[in-house]
Amino acid sequence: MKTFYGVSLPNPLMLGTAQYPSPAILAEAFRASNASVATVSLRREKGAGHDFWRLIQDLGVRVLPNTAGCHTVKEAVTTAQMAREVFETNWIKLEVIGHTDTLQPDPFALVEAAQILAEDGFEVFPYTTDDLVVAERLVEAGCQVLMPWGAPIGSGLGLSNVYALRTLRAHFPDIPLVIDAGLGLPSQAAAAMEMGYDGILLNTAVAKAGDPPAMARAFALAIEAGALAHGADPMEPRDMAAPSTPVVGKAWLA
Amino acid sequence: MKIILNGEPRDVAVQTLAALVDDAGFSERKIATAVNGDFVPAPARQDIELSEGDRIEIVSPMQGG
Repeated sequence: MKTFYGVSLPNPLMLGTAQYPSPAILAEAFRASNASVATVSLRREKGAGHDFWRLIQDLGVRVLPNTAGCHTVKEAVTTAQMAREVFETNWIKLEVIGHTDTLQPDPFALVEAAQILAEDGFEVFPYTTDDLVVAERLVEAGCQVLMPWGAPIGSGLGLSNVYALRTLRAHFPDIPLVIDAGLGLPSQAAAAMEMGYDGILLNTAVAKAGDPPAMARAFALAIEAGALAHGADPMEPRDMAAPSTPVVGKAWLA
Repeated sequence: MKIILNGEPRDVAVQTLAALVDDAGFSERKIATAVNGDFVPAPARQDIELSEGDRIEIVSPMQGG
C-alpha cells in the first residue's frame, strides 16, 4: 500500500469538517466513516476556534489543514505557514483557486506555491485539475501526493473526466493519487478506487446529505469495495457476449 | 495608533504584536498571526513593532473541506 509522505492510512478516506448540521453530527459522521484524516482550515479568530479544535482532537485522526479560499501564491504560502504553526504538522492541502465559479485551481500559481512550500519542508497535498502536464510539474516541484479533482468542489458531479483520471493513474504508478472534490455518491468513490486510486477526499457529499453519518458509512463501504475490487484484478470488458454457463453437455431439445 | 485587525479598523495603545495578541485576549488561544500578509511565528511576535495602518491577521482552527 502506498504511503502519504511515509504515513500509512488504515482507511484512505479524508473527510472534511465543514457544513455539518451540528458538531455532534460531525463527530458521528467521522465515527461512521472511519476516516483516517480530517481536513481543517484557518479563519479569523472570533472565539469559536478553541472548541472546534478540541472537537477535532477528540476524533483521534490525523489533521490535514487547507489553504481554502486563497487566490494567490503569497496568500497560500502565508496561510500554509500559519497552519503549520497552529496544527503542528508539515502536511498542507494546497489550494490556490483560479476561478470563482468553478473553484478550479490556478495551475500556474499552484505549481509555484508548491515549489516554495516543498523547499520549506512542507509535505504538500496539491488540489489540482486532472491535467497530466500540471501533475508532472507538481511532482517536479516536490509533491509526493497528487489530488486531482473529480469535478468542481461541492458539485456532486462525480468523476467528470474518467479518461484523464485513468491517464494520471497509468502515468504515476508510484505516486499516491487522491480524488479531491466533486463526489456526490459512494458509487463514484468506488469507481475511483476500482481504477486504482489510493484515496478519496470528501466533504459536501457527507455533510449535506440528509443523514450525514449514514452517508459517511456508505462512502466507507464503497471505498473498501472499490479497493478490494482493484486488488482482485478485474476482468477486461468486451463488446460481444460470452456465455458463462458451459455450452458442452447441453441437452438437445429443439 | 490605528491598525486593521482581522479586517476591522482599531485604535490601539500597544506597541508590539505580542501585546496586541494579549490585549485582544488571544494569548492562551490556538492562533497564528500575520502582519501585512507575512507570517509572524509566535516567538517573533514580541519583536514586531506595530506601525500606523498595519494589517494584522489573527487566525484560529476552523471547519474546512
